[in-house]
Amino acid sequence: MKKNIPSLILTFFLLFLWQGIAMGINAAYILPSPLQILAKLWELREILILVHLPSTMGVTFLGLLISVILGIFLAIIMDANSKIENALYPFIIASQTIPTTAIAPLFVLWFGYSIWSKVLVTILITFFPITITVYDGLKSTKREMEELLITYGATKKDIFIKLKLPTALPAFFSAIKMAIPMSIIGAAIAEWLGAQSGLGYFSKRMMTQLDGAGVFAPVVLLSFVAMLSVSIVNMIEKKLITWRKEI
Amino acid sequence: MLEFQNVSFQYAEDKEAVIKNLNFSVEEGEFISIIGASGCGKSTIFRLINGLEKPQTGNILIDGKPIEQMKQYSAFMPQKDLLFAWNTIEKNICLPMELQKIPKKEQKQRCYEVLKEVGLLEYAKKYPKELSGGMKQRISFARTLLAGAEMLLLDEPFSALDFLTRVSMQEWLLEQWLHFHKTILFITHDVEEAIFLSKYIFVIQENPFSHMEKIEVPLSYPRKREDLKKQEIIELKEQLISRFLERKH
Repeated sequence: MKKNIPSLILTFFLLFLWQGIAMGINAAYILPSPLQILAKLWELREILILVHLPSTMGVTFLGLLISVILGIFLAIIMDANSKIENALYPFIIASQTIPTTAIAPLFVLWFGYSIWSKVLVTILITFFPITITVYDGLKSTKREMEELLITYGATKKDIFIKLKLPTALPAFFSAIKMAIPMSIIGAAIAEWLGAQSGLGYFSKRMMTQLDGAGVFAPVVLLSFVAMLSVSIVNMIEKKLITWRKEI
Repeated sequence: MLEFQNVSFQYAEDKEAVIKNLNFSVEEGEFISIIGASGCGKSTIFRLINGLEKPQTGNILIDGKPIEQMKQYSAFMPQKDLLFAWNTIEKNICLPMELQKIPKKEQKQRCYEVLKEVGLLEYAKKYPKELSGGMKQRISFARTLLAGAEMLLLDEPFSALDFLTRVSMQEWLLEQWLHFHKTILFITHDVEEAIFLSKYIFVIQENPFSHMEKIEVPLSYPRKREDLKKQEIIELKEQLISRFLERKH
C-alpha cells in the first residue's frame, strides 16, 4: 500500500488540476470535469456495464486470445528456424506500418457489422508486441545452458520444454501486460469506426451529441478494466515466476 | 580409457587451428588437470570430447571405440553452476536422468543418495537462489555425477568462488573422487590447484598446440594441504609458473 501513495498523490493532483481547468473553461462539450464524468458514469451505469461493456469485452477477449496464439506461434517458428525468421520478420514489421484506423472501414465491408471486423482490428494492433516480446524471450536463452543440455543428450524438443519455455515465460507475461491495454484500445477503435454496440461505439454516439462527459465515461470504464486486468496478470505472474531476476 | 589420435580442430570463424595433430591418452580412474594460459584451447578439448565440436581430422576414442558411436561416456560441469532458477535443487539434479528417461522412482532415490553424499540433503526442495556459491557448485557437481558417465569434465568449476570456499571445495572434490572412482579431467589456470588435485598435469604451452606435456605430481592420495609445503612440490610449482611467465615474455 505504501508504495502506491506517490501515485495516489499525483493522481489526485492531476484530477484537481483538471477539475480547476474544466471549471475555468466552463464548457462541458469541450472539456468535461472529472466530477461531471463521474456523474455521467453513474447515470449511464446500467447501459454501459450491462450492454456496451460485455460487447467490447467480447471483442477484446477474442482479439487478445487469437493474438496470443498467433504471436506465440510466430515467435516459436521464428526461433526454431532462421529461414522462417528471415521470411516472416519483414512482414511482421510491415504489418505495423498499416494505418489500421484508415483501413478498418474496409474490414466492415468485408465482414459486415459482425464481431470479426472488430476482432481483426484488435489482432492487427495486438499481435505484434506479443510476437516480438516472446520471440526475444526465446532468444534470450543462454547458449551455455543449451549446450549443457545437449551434453546430457537432450533433443530439440527437450531443450524447448526444459529450457526455452521457462526462460521465455517472464517475457510472455510482459507481452500479455502490454497486450491487454492494446487489445482494449484496438476494440474501442474498431467500434468507433463501425459498430452497433460497445463502449467505443457509445463514445462516438455521445460525440455526435456533443456530450463531452458522455464521451469520457466509457473511456474511464475501459481504463479501469485495463488496470484491473493488468493487476490480475501481475498477481498471477508473481505467484508463478519467482526467478525473473536470476536468469 | 580416453584417447586422442592426431586430432586437429579449427573454429569456423578463426584463421588458424587451435589444435594440430594432438595425441594424448587418459587412463580410467585418473585425476588429470589441464593447465595453460587463457584462450589456449583448454576448453576446446572438452568441447571435442563431449561432442559439441567435431574434429576436422583424427579420432577421439573411448575404450577403443570412436565417440560418435557412444552415448553418455562423459559428463560436463561448466565454470558457472548453470542451475535452472525455476527448478528446485531436486529437479535440477534429476535433469540429466529425466532426459535419459530413467524411471521417476529411481531418479528420486539416486538424487537423495547423491545429495546425502554432497551434504546438502535438506536443500532438496529449495531453489538455487537460496544457496551459496559453494553449495551451488556442489549441486552442479552432483548433477554431473548423475549424468551417468564414468568420465567427468570439470571446466574451472571453482574459479568463480572466493579463496576459502575454493580451498574447501578442492578438498571436498578429492574426497568425492576417492569415493566415486570416476575419471576426472579438470581444467584450471591455477597451478597450485592442479598440483593439489591431480595425479598428472597436462601442460599446454604452444598456441596452436599439438602436444601437452605430461607431468606427474609426486604425491600420493589421500592428500593434505600441508603436502603443498614439501620442497619438491614447491619446486614443481615454481617450475610450472616460470614456464608460463617465459611464454608471456
